[in-house]
Amino acid sequence: MPRYHENTYGIVAIALHWTIALLFLGQIVFGFSMEQVKSLALQFELIQWHKSFGFLILILAFLRLLWRLAAGRPQPPATLSRVERVAAETVQWTLLIATLAVPLAGWALASTSTLGIPSFAFNLVVVPHLPLTPSDEAEAFWRETHKLLAYGAGMLAIGHAAAALAHHFVLRDDVLVRMLPGRAARPATHRVTLETNDDV
Amino acid sequence: MSDHVPTPASAGKLAGWVLAASLLLPSAPASADALSEAAGNYRIDSSSKINFKVDQVGGGGIKGSFGSYSGSFRIDGSNVSKSKVTITLFPKSVKANQARMEDFLRSDAVFDVANHPEITFRSTSVTRTGDDGARIDGVLTARGKSRKAQFEATVGKRNGKAISFRVTGSIYRSPYGMDVGTPIYSNVVQFDMTLNGTRK
Repeated sequence: MPRYHENTYGIVAIALHWTIALLFLGQIVFGFSMEQVKSLALQFELIQWHKSFGFLILILAFLRLLWRLAAGRPQPPATLSRVERVAAETVQWTLLIATLAVPLAGWALASTSTLGIPSFAFNLVVVPHLPLTPSDEAEAFWRETHKLLAYGAGMLAIGHAAAALAHHFVLRDDVLVRMLPGRAARPATHRVTLETNDDV
Repeated sequence: MSDHVPTPASAGKLAGWVLAASLLLPSAPASADALSEAAGNYRIDSSSKINFKVDQVGGGGIKGSFGSYSGSFRIDGSNVSKSKVTITLFPKSVKANQARMEDFLRSDAVFDVANHPEITFRSTSVTRTGDDGARIDGVLTARGKSRKAQFEATVGKRNGKAISFRVTGSIYRSPYGMDVGTPIYSNVVQFDMTLNGTRK
C-alpha cells in the first residue's frame, strides 16, 4: 500500500516526527538542567520525569521506525544532487536511530546504576531494568554514552533543522512543507496537481 | 546436630528426671511475668540494632540502619503501663547498601542532618499486649516535626542485668517532610529494632 503518491509525509509520520522532535530536544535541555540542580530531592523528582519521557520517546521512536519501514517516504525533490540526497538520508536515518539509541542508553544507565532505583514511568508503569549487571563502571560508561549520544544527536538535529530551513527560505522548495501538517491535511483534490507535477 | 537426637531410651530417662525434679523442687510461678520481673532502669547499649526498610515498586527496597543512638527505658514492675522509653537516633550514622544512598539520606532531601542532627522518640503510654509484649505509644520527632508513633515490643533474651526487646513499627515519612521518592519508594518506613538494655 504505497502512501506516497502525494508530496507529503502524511499525518502519521508528521505527528510522530514533530512530537518526537519536541520531546527529544526538550529532554536534552531537561537532562542538562537537572544535573545543575542543587536540591537532591528536586533532582530526584526531575530524573524520574526525565526517565518517564525517555520511555515515551522510545515507544514513539519505535513506532516511527515501523512506520518509516512500512510506509516509506516521499521521493526527494529532483533538484537535489546525489550528494545532497545521500547526506539528507544519512542524517535522517541517524536521527531516527538516535531517538531509539539515546533512550536505550538511558535505560541501560538506570539498569546498571548501583543505586537500583526502579523505573516507574509517569508513576504508572514499572519498567523492568535491562538484563545488565549493575556496577560503578557500567553506570559510568552508560552515563557517558547516554550523554554523548544525546548531545551528538542534538547537534545533528540542529543541522537537520538548518537544512530544512535553508530549503524553505533559500532554495524555496517544498522539503520542509511536506513535513508540515498543512499539506497532509489538505483535501485530496488539491494534491492531484502536485502529484502530476512530481511525476514529470 | 544428628548426634544429639535422643534415643527413645535416653528420652524416657530424661522425662523421668524432669518429673522427679518437678516433684522435689518448689514450683515456679505458673506464668513467668517477664516484664514485671525485669522492673528497673536500663540504658540502651551499643550492641542494639536499629534497622529499617522502605519498600519500592516492583519488589525489593532500601534497607538501612542507624549505627549511633542513645536511650534508656524504665520498666515499672507494679504497673507496666507506667513504663517509659526514650531513644535518640543520630541520622548522620545512617548506613545503607550504597555510599551515595547514605549521602542522599543525610542530605536535606531526607534527614537534613546538618539542621536536624537528632531523631527522638519519647513514649507517652505503654499498653501490655501479652505476657512478654507491649504496645508503645509516643511522639517521634524528626526534622523538627513531632508526630504520634506506635511500636510493638516483645521481650527477647533477658537475665538479671540485661533485657532485650524486639521493637517493630511502621512510620509514615511524609508528615516529617521526607516524602521524597514516593511513590517509587513507599511512604512507610518499617523499623525492626533489637534494643538491648543494660541495667543502670
